[in-house]
Amino acid sequence: MENLSLWVNGLKVEVMVGPEEMLADVLRDRLRLTGTKIGCNEAECGTCTVLMDGEPVLSCTLPALKAAGRRVTTIEGLTPANGLHPLQEAFVVHGAIQCGFCTPGQILTAAALLARVTDPDPAQIRHALKDTLCRCGCYPSIENAVRAAAASMRTGEALQGPSPEHASATHVVGRTMPRPDAAAKATGRARFADDYTFPGMLHGRTLRAGVPHAILKKLDVSRARSLPGVAAVLTAEDVPGERNHGLVVRDWPVLVGVGEKVRTVGDAVALVAATSRAIASQALSIIEAEFEPLPIVSDPVAARRSDSPRVHETGNLLKHIPVRKGNMDEGWRQAEVILEDTFHTPMTEHAFLEPECSLARPTDDGRIEIYVGSQIPYADRDQTAACLGVAPDRIRIIGTLIGGGFGGKEDIAGQIHAALLVRATGLPVKVLYDRHESLLVHPKRHATQIRVKLGAQRDGTLTAAETELYGDSGAYASLGDKVMTRATTHSSGPYIVPHVRADCYAMYTNNPPAGAFRGFGVTQSCFAIESAMDELAERLGVDPVELRRGNALRVGTSTSTGQVLHESVGLLECIDRVDARLRERGGAQPFTMRMVEGRPASRRAWGFAVAFKNTGLGSGAEDKAGAEVELDDQGCVEVRTASAEIGQGLVTVLQMIAAEELGVPFRDVRVLLSDTDRTPDGGPTTASRQTFVAGNAVLHASRVLRRAAAATLAEHNDCPPDAIRFADGAAWIGDQRLDMAQVAALMHAEGREPRASYEYHAPATAALGSGGDIHFAYSFAAQAAEVEVDTETGEVRVLQVIAATDVGRALNPLGVQGQVEGGVIMGLGNALTEEFIVEDGRVFSDRLARYRMPSIVHTPYIESVVVEHPVAAGPYGAKGIGEITSIPTTPAITNAIYHACGVRIRRLPVDQDWLALQIAGLPA
Amino acid sequence: MTFWDRYLRPTTVDEALQELARAPGESRVIAGGTDLLLDLQQRRQAPVRALVDITGIAELCDIGEQDGSIFIGAAATHSRIVEHSLLIRHAPCLVEACSLIGGPQVRNVATLGGNVAHGLPAADGTIALLALGAQAIVAEAGGRRTVPLESLFVGPGQTTLRGRTALLVGFLFPQRDAQEGSAFQRIMRPQGVAIAILNIALWLRMDAAGIIAQARLAVGPCGPMPRRATAAEALMCGQPANVANSERILKALAEDVQLRTSVHRASAEYRYHVLGVLLRRIVPSALASVAGALPAIDQELGESRGIG
Ligand SMILES: Cc1cc2nc3c(=O)[nH]c(=O)nc-3n(C[C@H](O)[C@H](O)[C@H](O)COP(=O)(O)OP(=O)(O)OC[C@H]3O[C@@H](n4cnc5c(N)ncnc54)[C@H](O)[C@@H]3O)c2cc1C
Ligand code: FES
Ligand code: FES
Repeated sequence: MENLSLWVNGLKVEVMVGPEEMLADVLRDRLRLTGTKIGCNEAECGTCTVLMDGEPVLSCTLPALKAAGRRVTTIEGLTPANGLHPLQEAFVVHGAIQCGFCTPGQILTAAALLARVTDPDPAQIRHALKDTLCRCGCYPSIENAVRAAAASMRTGEALQGPSPEHASATHVVGRTMPRPDAAAKATGRARFADDYTFPGMLHGRTLRAGVPHAILKKLDVSRARSLPGVAAVLTAEDVPGERNHGLVVRDWPVLVGVGEKVRTVGDAVALVAATSRAIASQALSIIEAEFEPLPIVSDPVAARRSDSPRVHETGNLLKHIPVRKGNMDEGWRQAEVILEDTFHTPMTEHAFLEPECSLARPTDDGRIEIYVGSQIPYADRDQTAACLGVAPDRIRIIGTLIGGGFGGKEDIAGQIHAALLVRATGLPVKVLYDRHESLLVHPKRHATQIRVKLGAQRDGTLTAAETELYGDSGAYASLGDKVMTRATTHSSGPYIVPHVRADCYAMYTNNPPAGAFRGFGVTQSCFAIESAMDELAERLGVDPVELRRGNALRVGTSTSTGQVLHESVGLLECIDRVDARLRERGGAQPFTMRMVEGRPASRRAWGFAVAFKNTGLGSGAEDKAGAEVELDDQGCVEVRTASAEIGQGLVTVLQMIAAEELGVPFRDVRVLLSDTDRTPDGGPTTASRQTFVAGNAVLHASRVLRRAAAATLAEHNDCPPDAIRFADGAAWIGDQRLDMAQVAALMHAEGREPRASYEYHAPATAALGSGGDIHFAYSFAAQAAEVEVDTETGEVRVLQVIAATDVGRALNPLGVQGQVEGGVIMGLGNALTEEFIVEDGRVFSDRLARYRMPSIVHTPYIESVVVEHPVAAGPYGAKGIGEITSIPTTPAITNAIYHACGVRIRRLPVDQDWLALQIAGLPA
Repeated sequence: MTFWDRYLRPTTVDEALQELARAPGESRVIAGGTDLLLDLQQRRQAPVRALVDITGIAELCDIGEQDGSIFIGAAATHSRIVEHSLLIRHAPCLVEACSLIGGPQVRNVATLGGNVAHGLPAADGTIALLALGAQAIVAEAGGRRTVPLESLFVGPGQTTLRGRTALLVGFLFPQRDAQEGSAFQRIMRPQGVAIAILNIALWLRMDAAGIIAQARLAVGPCGPMPRRATAAEALMCGQPANVANSERILKALAEDVQLRTSVHRASAEYRYHVLGVLLRRIVPSALASVAGALPAIDQELGESRGIG
């Protein structure tokens, strides 16, 4: 240990540090300045950025002793004593904050820029923020925020906000409202799971198998057990309850026991709890495990062959998913043109910037509570309880803020392990994944192979669509069956096709499991069908937009599963609106290749694609959410539901709905999420469902409360209840005003609780194949993308994207804007940068350095067009938006590449190496 | 399970050499640590007893003129290099290369010496320095020697400094006169790690008649260790500038270098293909630099937001 003296946020600090300590360790662990976040610990993501003598540095990989005598500024130090720094304020009002995990790093990096350049242009902002990643894709808003802050700091004038006010705005719904948690995220006060500690807390770590397919022959933990500082070492024998977990099928071992089978490299073999993370890591390294290797199943197509080795006893087929409509013979007979093609998409990774963390502790009443950023708190509770062999109410899940989820925080990560270690030690235990473990363990986006065969008449009318999909679900089911079902039912696109046949094989392999990921299978099948549609347009010699317009689903037509759409089909309007903007920006021939002045090898062109995506679980699953709304003594409203805020802006929407219904100011509504003791089950935060389902629960609970309040006032004042109005934060009986605190007091006095709860059940759906409606609502989108291809190097740049999205009703315009920008950027990554590489079951992309997500320099100009075709059952007409925005982006880009250089992309991500050789006519 | 036991911060070269000599082979020089720390933590590099941080040695952080040459201390960060007016004038290709390394956070701590000493065949800073005809100043217990930069490299990731008790003090290269210029370009893989698939640096001296009087060309990764492409350089000399990228020269260059397929990064075919592309593109850039134009700050930015 050595004495380190430095200045932190203007104060002189002396601490004893070890030789291996990094500046981030000193800041977070010793000084408890937890505004500095750790996203990767490998100098890749920029979340840990702090300023040293005014310049940004990565505190995760800066040896603490390098800071001796230097002046370090963290986000806490940037924040003025009162209020916010202009950059913080700008980030808040511009909607540049979603999950907020990257925000401190973004703001500090931008602050260093503004200290040098008072009026930065976009190029300078991009240069400065190049390696400060935001997985929520807030880049356009971040750029706007930095410019606005710079202007305000330069001129001393008030900060300019954005103004996506909506035409259909009412009291609060449809207006631009900042996220309630944005200021806390901008100042570093916001706490994510790893930001909590408890006295006596131990650090838990997990030994991973490291082999894709094997029998665990021997496991010797004795040396680890006797290591000083180790409090517990657990193996499969120590799991008292169910041995497996899983959201749908319980097939995923909590720990693999001796004699049992390892099915993927990330399988857990042993758990350690120790007084420090370093000791826990050391203990893992001295556990001896022996494996007997088994042949590896690494490809879903090979997995289906009868001679393939088996991943599970039951065989490798997780699910065969058929869709049948009409009569295929008839469809092919009517066709004048038939086209067939096959597409491949890779496994991809959520790369949420906050790695998984579960912090469990024993409570005084003998229960276990777990702090975790989870997308499905009640499922965490039930699975943990089952594996511990206790009743569900013995476990309490307390949802913390979530630094991004995108579907990757639906399955169990460390929750059960942390609880087991608490049970063994009686002490609080934190199980924090580092980036490496996070990459190995949580389920990914399914890799797919998709064959599409289309039949059409000369005028473009589709007559038949046949698709065959293989999905690599990896070693465990997770949500694989659901994901691949969605991929399949959406695989002939949002088109009127009379004759449809789709077959999907969701396969088990020894790859890391695949599960939910924004787009939920539709991302993959949309790429396939929209590429095929573009090929068809060319074959028929019709305009790509025209071909889609002619076949687009509209009210009164039926989907591939035979579901007749009765309302809320805004696809044609999305197509028309994008088309109009496209011809304005791209001229009359946007799909014709154009040269670029000054870059003789470059070609530009536009591409077009459409998509649809269900809202809600569908396929007959019960889709419900509960919510409670309560008026407190101060007249403020508390909304409670166990739904997750993963950055998408759910809190804002729920706040708006309660404010709208109760006529109170937006700021007087508080939202409490995800505490299984205190909030009713909101169901999973998946399938773009929460605005619809939890939103409706809050809407109805608010109405029940309003009616109860009106009834009380009516009795008290001897007037009919409908004579009572709620507006401007008060109840009105004619001109008489009663503020909400008085209303609450009166209700108490009358013996009525000023509280209402409501369990909302979404319209029933039917199972696939039963002939009924499999979903209660669909969102629609059309996008056009302009790319520039360097025909010599194969480099591709996306210049602009026009995105029209039918969201039913835009409740929260700033939130919609964020979802569109973030969705487009994620779709761009899916097209151009992202590939989670697994070779023979072994993960190559096991560090963030080997998995590229888009940064601000990739960000195109994005124009968002909001289309509102309300759905009757949605809150104010709203339907899902979280996924649809990212789905058509990839094929819009790859279609544009084709138009620019004549090479059809059939395999993602676009390989610039292959592309350049194709263009050059060389064998690749 | 520690990766190093002691972290030392000497303030003079002699002190640093003493520390290195104390446990030969078991102590390592650390500069910015942006390569070394990850190599240690991810076990690509065996644990060591001590890390000797050389960034507190004033001499190693210097940038300036020295007897008519330009000196850059090994511990000068990329950020300082990119902003230094002397280097903007005298070392356009190096400024360009360093501006492309990492983001500002990495450039604020990562050093040119670390880039060179890491020994990667496609390190951006190394390739630019080769084209500048740089020499390296190496300090050892026995004294200092000034050697051609190429001579430091002995194998993939292997330098004469490794495992030894030597220290890189800095680099020296000639000042640029009016008839000289240089440029740097690279190709990255959008999916891959932050190492160039191919990079190229070219330095030219023109005579009054527009003929290439002298050329220095470096391409990375052109083999197990960084080096210059001397065959192509020789063919360029005596030619008018516009034939510097002719088929003949490209052919000589392609025969001189050994471009390989690296799994998940680039195929050899692609590398040979873009070698020609980069050669064609770098000649006009280097010529523009002769005429005095300053290099652009960041290519990746392009005219990023020129639209809309
Ligand atoms: C996110 C990221 C992006 C990057 N992008 C690029 C890129 O685009 N291009 C590129 O070329 N590199 C890149 N790098 C790699 C790295 O940052 C650079 O090579 C950097 O210049 C290394 O310098 P350093 O001071 O950090 O070296 P260190 O990590 O401190 O040292 C590297 C090696 O050099 C030795 N060494 C350092 N200084 C001396 C000395 N004075 N004498 C003797 N030996 C010494 C060390 O012992 C070690 O072996 C990137 C790294 C990261 C993390
Ligand atoms: S760069 Fe430090 S945590 Fe990612
Ligand atoms: S807001 Fe940037 S990562 Fe979520």
